[in-house]
Amino acid sequence: MSRVLRFAPLAILVLLIAGLVWRLATPVDTDVHSRLEGQPVPAFALPAIVPGKPGLSSTDLASGRPRLLNVFASWCVPCVTEVGVLRQLQARGITVDGVAVRDRAPDLSAFLARNGDPYERIGSDPESRVQIDLGSSGVPESFVVDGRGIIRYQHIGPIEASEVPMILAELEKAK
Amino acid sequence: MRLLPLLIALGLASPLLADSKLPPAYWSDRQLPDPRQEARADALMQEIRCLVCQGQSIADSDAELAGDMRDLVRRRIAAGQSPDQVRGWLVQRYGSWISYRPTEEPATWPLWLAPLVLLAVGALLIRRRIGARREP
Repeated sequence: MSRVLRFAPLAILVLLIAGLVWRLATPVDTDVHSRLEGQPVPAFALPAIVPGKPGLSSTDLASGRPRLLNVFASWCVPCVTEVGVLRQLQARGITVDGVAVRDRAPDLSAFLARNGDPYERIGSDPESRVQIDLGSSGVPESFVVDGRGIIRYQHIGPIEASEVPMILAELEKAK
Repeated sequence: MRLLPLLIALGLASPLLADSKLPPAYWSDRQLPDPRQEARADALMQEIRCLVCQGQSIADSDAELAGDMRDLVRRRIAAGQSPDQVRGWLVQRYGSWISYRPTEEPATWPLWLAPLVLLAVGALLIRRRIGARREP
């Protein structure tokens, strides 16, 4: 056996370990991204769920200026902190609409009373149908929708306070 | 036995992030009345990946979203759509990742070619062995 060949198993082992260490250090992105970025919001019409707040349909989203569509639920713990950030965005003049996934009216009303209410409209999605139609895989998720009703950006997971400038920039880009 | 109340409480505790309080969607755990449609829906559900428990199919997963996706699959099949139409609709939204059935995209060519390459290598090895034995 030649000298070089003798070290082949060792080389393979080193390569294997290097590969494993690299994958451990930089984990794979397990988020499922919607393929609808750049496409119109699928047609939907969701009924109202909270008294005094209109429901949400896809035609409401094409309003001539960018809006933030937030897929959320009162039973979703990260959504509690995200609502505060959404209110910051609302204070900056951003219109936020909500799709309430698998929610009940009393639960949602209590959630909004406790955490504040940044939403202009909230549509009730009791069987996650609009959520699936949007290519969303969990709560919370947010979509930047431009004035013509085209999805321009999808944000997976809660919007953190530190991400407000980035979201504002995405909304600006969608103008 | 002072632990018992605690254990019972733990058993009753619901997972923090996981679930809503709404009942499962109507068709999520109910078979379609038409057995042929149900068979078609079931075969498709075995091949659609759960978005929550990635690695399980929606037929296997207990996640609520998987239940809602089973409801969606059964409703569409019952409405007369073909399994490929439903699969295509989901792939449009989530990418081919959502389907366990390998596609014929260039990225999967090695997958389809690997068996042929391995067979060819095997044939080559056998020929060389037999050839080597005959020589002396």
